[in-house]
Amino acid sequence: MLSYWVYIAIFLVVAVAVPIVAVGLPALISPKKSNKRKEEVYECGIETTGNTRVQLKSQYYIYALIFLVFDIETIFLFPWAVSLGKLPLFAVIEGVIFIAILFAGLIYAMRKGVLAWS
Amino acid sequence: MVPVLVFAAVSLVTLGAAIAVVTNKNILHSAYFLVLAFVGVAAVYVMLEAPFIAVIQVLIYIGAIAILVIFAIMLTRRLMSNDMEQRNKQWIWSALGSVILFGVLGWLVYSANWPVVEAAVPKDPITLMGQELLTTYVVPFEIASVLLLAALVGSILIGREKDQESRSAE
Amino acid sequence: MADLINLIENWLETLILGWGASEELTLFILQALGSVLVVIICFVIVIALIWVERKLAGRIQDRFGPNRAGPFGIFQSFADIIKIFTKEYVTPEGAEKGFYNVAPVLAIASVLAIWAVFPFAVNVLGADINVGVLYIVAVSAFGILAILMAGWSSNNKYSLLGASRSVAMLISYEIPMVVSMLVPVLLSHSMKLSDIIAAQQPWWFLIVAPLAALVFLISSMAEIGKAPFDLLEAESELVAGYHTEYSGMKFGMFYVAEFLHQYTVGALITIFFLGGWGGPLAIQWPILGFIYFHIKTFVVYLVISWIRLSLPRIRIDEMLNLNWKFLIPVSFINLVVVAIADRVMIDLNLARWIYVGIMFGLNIFILLVSLFLAGKTSPEVERETFPTRPVAVPPGTKSR
Repeated sequence: MLSYWVYIAIFLVVAVAVPIVAVGLPALISPKKSNKRKEEVYECGIETTGNTRVQLKSQYYIYALIFLVFDIETIFLFPWAVSLGKLPLFAVIEGVIFIAILFAGLIYAMRKGVLAWS
Repeated sequence: MVPVLVFAAVSLVTLGAAIAVVTNKNILHSAYFLVLAFVGVAAVYVMLEAPFIAVIQVLIYIGAIAILVIFAIMLTRRLMSNDMEQRNKQWIWSALGSVILFGVLGWLVYSANWPVVEAAVPKDPITLMGQELLTTYVVPFEIASVLLLAALVGSILIGREKDQESRSAE
Repeated sequence: MADLINLIENWLETLILGWGASEELTLFILQALGSVLVVIICFVIVIALIWVERKLAGRIQDRFGPNRAGPFGIFQSFADIIKIFTKEYVTPEGAEKGFYNVAPVLAIASVLAIWAVFPFAVNVLGADINVGVLYIVAVSAFGILAILMAGWSSNNKYSLLGASRSVAMLISYEIPMVVSMLVPVLLSHSMKLSDIIAAQQPWWFLIVAPLAALVFLISSMAEIGKAPFDLLEAESELVAGYHTEYSGMKFGMFYVAEFLHQYTVGALITIFFLGGWGGPLAIQWPILGFIYFHIKTFVVYLVISWIRLSLPRIRIDEMLNLNWKFLIPVSFINLVVVAIADRVMIDLNLARWIYVGIMFGLNIFILLVSLFLAGKTSPEVERETFPTRPVAVPPGTKSR
């Protein structure tokens, strides 16, 4: 079984090396006429004003937090889904309780208006 | 011979990334190197024949937690300045404390009696884990769900804007 | 002839062993060759797909696609490649050099890495690890990270905004994708991709779990950033989103990653819901399995392109509402109902076609109920009504 992971490691190395070659090759053969105007930061043709690191909304962070909670929930559901065939019906109900508890959390989040993009 | 070399390479990458996390001046670059450290840990899990844990490590730590950390860094504008002080006046004492702690932990790890199981890794570990999770350890399984619910509710309460609070209070 | 790929592999193996290499080194060399071949085939497929996309877009929009470069414009992609190869790399000032260059490579590496676990035929497998499904989801996480890296290191506020919005969209839509991927895992009791395909041989999961297929299709289309979810490339709003400041082959890598991701999603839908390499005579003649796999993947690719070229873009708040208020509850309820029904029917030991019929009926029922409820709870939109249709007339003529 470990040999599969060796294949994945080789594949990952190849999957990183081929794009590096593909990106590095034009660096050798493309023109390199750099001047100040070309390297300005793009803003639809006008000069950039102000800080380029703008303040993001806190809504992004809330989405990431809620996503984290649901991601961990799906992690727990994978062994449950794989082993259902060998377990009695009660095991399915246990999983349903697990999902229902977090579903209640999702309903709470929806009610509090946290999931809307303000 | 080859597994030892691979393990040495992976550990070097992980430790190097961890050192880069701690010593880098730009906090966002530290976050990127943290991702590299997570990848190294996942590789170690694979070498320990625990692919499920390795994949979960990548999925949760890199796919969710690293993104959370990077969003948090991007939200805090003041952190993005590159000239934060790395050390203060008492760094010698903290370095001494860290070396002593490292020595004690290393000695503990080296001299402990780790229980070694001679059996081979089962052919279908995830089905077995699922069965155990749903029969023997079902109460921790459900409590994990309640814990996640508490985390969800807590993050909603903390993350809400002030005007939303007053709006839903009426 | 029937087992062409394995034939070639065995011939190569005896060749390299004949040169005196040890057993492990032969395996290593064969695996390296195999992965290089898969990667190069992916790039070649993308070259063909770009031409197909442009021709299809042209035809759906009632115009010819490219038809100058060669007959039917088939050399257009090659001309584009030559152009992109010789373009200058313009790095914006103040960009963080290291991460600016890593981001495109990471973006396409994360899509290529998914191809390592695909089973192309009965005995042409990549790496048949027993966490195949989770591996696919985990590797997609690197693509998300690449977008964040690209957006931030471009030193451009529009790149940053575009990257943040697209990452918010991507992580939101990852949940219904993973939950609807749980349904084939549940139905085949395994996370191995070859087991999922083997469990579909008489009846594809498209018929057993159509709602999961639909939810997976919608959330995958959001994951790859294709319309109606393509606010990442909304040219009128954010210029080009996170890849505004990239030029030349670095942009080419993002572009190739997008097309390859669409084809990969087609392959995933094929594996999870359309029976993978299954088809008549696929087990006896594995080369047919390989061909069926690619035909099915291409059909799903065309369906995704068709949807993309027919629907307008939706706003980000509508899109996130769709995800959190409709797709996630529907996918969870679907999972719960399928789990209970599967367990009950395994105990009852019904015939296969009764099982399939009941599952199909349950899925349609859940879909109709959720659409009905969604229609009820969404607010009525006040639309302005005119007594007569306003008609624009040139000045000086009599108005109607």
